[in-house]
Parts: sequence; structure tokens; C-alpha cells
Amino acid sequence: MTGDPLLEVQGLSLAFGKNQVLQDFSLTLMEGENLGILGKSGSGKSVLIKCIIRLLNPDLGKIRVFGKDISQLNQEQMDELRKDVGFLFQSNALYDSMTVRQNLEFPLRRHWSEEDRIAHAETAVQEALDDVGLSHTQHMMPSELSGGMKKRIALARMLILKPRMILYDEPTTGLDPVTGREISELILKIQKKYNTASILISHALSCIRLTSNRVIMLIEGKNYADDTFDQLRHHADPKVKIFFRDYE
Amino acid sequence: MDSIKNLESDFLKEVGGISRFIARFFLEVMKPKQEWDEWINQCYWVGYKSLTLVSVTAFIMGLVLTIQSRPTLVEFGAASLLPAMVSVSLVRVITPVITSLICAGKMASGMGAELGSMRVTEQIDAMEVSGTNPFKYLIVTRVLASTVMVPILSLLAIAISLYGGFLGTNIRGEVSWTLYWFQAYDALSFGDFIPSLVKTIFFGFAIGTVGCYKGYTSQKGTEGVGRSATTAVVVASLLVFVLDLIAVQITDILGLT
Repeated sequence: MTGDPLLEVQGLSLAFGKNQVLQDFSLTLMEGENLGILGKSGSGKSVLIKCIIRLLNPDLGKIRVFGKDISQLNQEQMDELRKDVGFLFQSNALYDSMTVRQNLEFPLRRHWSEEDRIAHAETAVQEALDDVGLSHTQHMMPSELSGGMKKRIALARMLILKPRMILYDEPTTGLDPVTGREISELILKIQKKYNTASILISHALSCIRLTSNRVIMLIEGKNYADDTFDQLRHHADPKVKIFFRDYE
Repeated sequence: MDSIKNLESDFLKEVGGISRFIARFFLEVMKPKQEWDEWINQCYWVGYKSLTLVSVTAFIMGLVLTIQSRPTLVEFGAASLLPAMVSVSLVRVITPVITSLICAGKMASGMGAELGSMRVTEQIDAMEVSGTNPFKYLIVTRVLASTVMVPILSLLAIAISLYGGFLGTNIRGEVSWTLYWFQAYDALSFGDFIPSLVKTIFFGFAIGTVGCYKGYTSQKGTEGVGRSATTAVVVASLLVFVLDLIAVQITDILGLT
């Protein structure tokens, strides 16, 4: 974990009306690092990663992804940068009207040429589905899949472009404990195989403990504490203590 | 007083929102590389899938109008004018407006619900993250599809409703196939057809725009999706009447009546 950071967030602030969601929030993410962000529901975790991918624009602060200030990029440059940033949505966001295969092929239409798609799309889809252990689902519709399968397909769709950095929005929320653990292990496997850096946001301690080598506590919109999971678990600060007591 | 002010402010916000939406539509249409495959797909859904409903309604419209008009014309000894009267009414106003209203009900609600559900389940965000411009892929294709398909459906509906008129004429009377069509076409001029066709282009644009705007800006979860679909139908239907009123005024000014 040396060299320039893949991601730098500096002094990020964002309010919705009178609700100050993020307040002077900063973080850095190095290559190969898996950063967990813990916080209560509604603490601004999803807002933070949506700012990183520019789905939301902050009121204040700077975000540099791969050394580029994303507020300075035009739409074309931002779309190009997004190729290297995977985003796993909490709701999976699979396209209802498309089959699993069409879902996986969708990101390729922007980033691959027509010739490349004809020649290599099938192999890429197969490889991504093999990675998540669902190679038999190519022709199924999202409505035919279970919650865990949908999450795996969403992961496969994200992997097809081989991103350098992945943002996971509550990857195990809504899943039973066994499936949640399977997804956490799959995330670890993917990170090892593709050597990606990642940010995982969750309030599920088991997921963060298993997948992250550094954890940030997001409390009152701020980077309240930044340490390893075990150090935070035994932290002296009362707010951190209360969080672990409530969510453990 | 406050509630009137709020209503006024909501209305102005809505008008501002939809104006920006239309402006963005034209900006995106001008930019190169359109999603033609998706446009054809939308034409299929918007046009072909509405064909049965539009055809049945148009046939019944022609039949009913003829049957109900006949007694009055007979009373004035003008039964022979029935094909001419029916054709002018159907071509100029009734068929384009009723077809557009049916399209408003079917297309605007479908677009509102589909796009609304895509918005609340983050599918539109997922598209954006994957580098695809969701506005171009979802909105431009749908609005263009409805702008093209509503006039085509309307032309088809005019033909079918005139055929319904022929059957209606022959229920009580006896008019040959050739005479009916001769009289029907003899009463019509390009001044009847062209404004009728042109206004359906605007109806189609309004239906597509309102349906897409309501769905694309949907909020507040599944409740918001339902509201988007309902308001899309209400606003689109109302706009069809308002645009028809404007079209009548313009054709009147241009001396096409």
C-alpha cells in the first residue's frame, strides 16, 4: 500500500436542506487497500460514495480519483473514469427488463467497440459469471433470481470492466447471515484475484470485520475515528463504544 | 392564502422543471450517436403494442358516431350527407384526439411507472455509473418513439374509424362501398388532413415528454412511482385538449377551417 493514493477526499460537506449529512469529511484510499466505513443508517455513508462517483455533487470539498479532481472533468472524461470504478448498489440495480447476460453486457456498450463486443463479450460474460459462481443464469431474468443471486449478478456486472477501485454500498444488507457471509467471502476473493482497492460501507460488523483492513467511523457526518476493526472495537470513545454495543 | 401561494409555487416549479427537461431533450437530440436500436425497441412497445386498443376504439368510434348522427340528418332530409359529415368529424377532431387520449393513458402511465420504478431502484444511477447517458438511452428514445408513433397510429385509426362509419351507414341505410368512400373523400381536403396530422405530432411529443418527466423525476419510493404514473396520465390528457384548442385557433387563423 505505497505510492499515490487512488482516492483522496478532502473537506467534503453536503447538506440536504437543513440536514447536514457530511461535514468536513476526509479520507484517502491506497492501492490494494480495503477500507470499511461504519456508520448508523442515515449517517451519510451512501451519500459519501455517491459523491465519489459523482452521482451527487458536494457543497464543499475536493474529490480526487486516480489523481484527477472529478469536479473538473466533463461528462465524457467522467464516463471514461467511471470505467475503472465499480459500484455495487444496495438494491443491486439490475435492469428488470433485461436478461442476466444483457445486464452484464450493458456496461460494455459504452466502453468496448462493436468489433470487440462481437468477438469477446461472450467470454467476458462467462468469466464474470464464473467468478461469482452463477454461470448457468445467463438467460434468466432478474425476477427469477433469489436475493443472494441478484447480489452476485450485480457483482459480476461490476467486474466485467475490471475496475481498479470498487465501491460497495451495503453489500450484505437484506441477506440472511449465511448468504451475507458468502457475499463477504466473495468480495474478498474478488479483491485478491483482481487486486482492487475498495470502499465498503455498511452497518453490518461481520461484513466489515471480514473484508476490511482499515475502518473509518462515520459519525455526525465526520471521519470520527480511523483504525483497524479490532482497535475500534475496543476504542475508548463513548460514541464508538455505543455504536459497537448497539450493532454487535 | 398560504395554500394558494404554495399551489402557485408548486405549479411554477413544475413548469420550470418540465421546461428544463424539454430543453435538455433538444440538447441531447442534437448531440451525435443516438440509441437507434433502443428507439426501434420503444417504437415497437409504444406503437405496435397499442395497435389493438387503438384499432378497436377507432372502429367503435366510427360506428357509433355514424349510428347516432343518422337520425338527426334524416330529420333534416340530409341522410345522404352522412358519409361526408362523419368523415370530416373523424378526420379533423374525433379520431386524432381520442387516439391521443388512449395513447396518453397507455403510454404516459407506462413510461411514468417504468421510469419511476427504475429511478427508485437505482437502475438509472447504475446506467450513469456504467458510462451510459440515461437521458439519451431512456428519455430521448421514448419521446422520439411517441412523437413518431402517435401520428402513425392516428392515421391508421382514421382509416379504421371511416370503415366503422361505412358499416354504421349500412346498418339502417344502403350505401355502396364505392359511393361511401367517394362521398367521404370528396368532403375532405388537405386542409383537413395536414393540421390533423401535425397536431398529433405535438400530442405524441407531449405524451412522451410528460410520461418521461414524471417517471424520471419520481421520488419517495413505490408511493412516488404510483403518483408519477397517475399524474403522467392526467397531465398528458389535459395537454392533449389544450394543444387541440391551440391547434384549432391556429388553423382558424390560417383559414384552414
